[in-house]
Amino acid sequence: MAVPILKQSHYLIATIQAALTDADLVELRDALVARVGKFRSRGVIVDVTALDVLDSFASRTLRDIACMIRLRGAETVIVGIQPEVAFTMVQMGITLEDVPTVLDLEEGLAHLERKSRH
Amino acid sequence: MKTDSSKSNLPDKSHATIELLRELVAHLRQHRTELREEWARRITEAKLLTAMSKDEIFAEATSVYDNYVEALETGTFEALQAYARNLSERIIPRGVQTDEVVGIVLLLRDVLARSLFAKYQTDFNLLNRILDAYEPAANRIANTVAVGFVQERERIIRQQQEAIRELSTPVLPVRERLLILPIIGVIDPQRARQLTEQLLRGIRANRARVVVIDITGVAAIDSHVANHLVQTVEASRLLGATVIVTGLSPEIAQTLVNIGVDLGKMNTVGDLQGGIEEAERLLGYKVAPIQDSAHQVVVAS
Repeated sequence: MAVPILKQSHYLIATIQAALTDADLVELRDALVARVGKFRSRGVIVDVTALDVLDSFASRTLRDIACMIRLRGAETVIVGIQPEVAFTMVQMGITLEDVPTVLDLEEGLAHLERKSRH
Repeated sequence: MKTDSSKSNLPDKSHATIELLRELVAHLRQHRTELREEWARRITEAKLLTAMSKDEIFAEATSVYDNYVEALETGTFEALQAYARNLSERIIPRGVQTDEVVGIVLLLRDVLARSLFAKYQTDFNLLNRILDAYEPAANRIANTVAVGFVQERERIIRQQQEAIRELSTPVLPVRERLLILPIIGVIDPQRARQLTEQLLRGIRANRARVVVIDITGVAAIDSHVANHLVQTVEASRLLGATVIVTGLSPEIAQTLVNIGVDLGKMNTVGDLQGGIEEAERLLGYKVAPIQDSAHQVVVAS
């Protein structure tokens, strides 16, 4: 299932709506990295509110996305991790070290605003 | 005698036992008053049930005695069990200990056995058979009462633990987007887990951006709980909230360093006040005294 990527002024918003296969995740990564250049976006928001599990591959892909987007000159923020998901991830040792994460979409937009103002 | 009692003529033997128990019960009924008094006297003498007055002991002794005899007579223990539970419910809040309860039931067993010795001392054979019938029943009764007491106590303990757990983890919003989680008392793994769940849910519900966890009231911490704390901090970060831990006692600080917990990612501030100030700074609040009251302070000094 493809993930829709919306353009909202300077930002790209990818809302994951159902559990993704590994191939879907790779496709999402490639699409984001390509579009961030095409639209000259300043930031990318990946919304995972609908996910009730984030396995190690998904987490690694999210981290890869963040690193690649940074190399392309933009910021990434992950939004909407559920409390249970967060705790399970931490227990498995997945902490998404250097990826900014915030509560929800609204916070994500505010976070990117702050970042791009600096 | 011994060979006689171990004969495998079961129905006959149990029939004989029932006969003997009936005789026994009649004896106990007949001497109810003096045996009961003797028992109450020995309870006081042994300094058991010190939390209760003499009259209370006698009243309880009477009903225990009657239930005891009834259990001997009917051979069913449900009524006694229910009574034991009911009694435990009444005496546990008064600080009666397990050894006291076991002690008084054993005393009753001994008092009754003595009276049997006295009654049948002329006929050793009959005494032996009476005791054969009496002892298993008496032991089973003692067992039932003691187990009932312990079970009741465990039930109360479980209930209290539950209550403490419910009470002990308040997640308090103090300003918009700022939560405080004061932790008091011992943190066991189960409580740690519940704490984390409540905190993460609180972060979501209050849209918190900063959380102050105050552990001033925690006396000690082990590696398991310390790791859990670190995990809580990381999980909160995944929800977009920064955690500030305050009130680490010198002992806890030493423990954490000794067991080598990685606190690099943890924001720690000395006390709760400092933690709230830091949180306000992170949130962009600035707390300033109102001009007038500042003026008053100057005037007053």
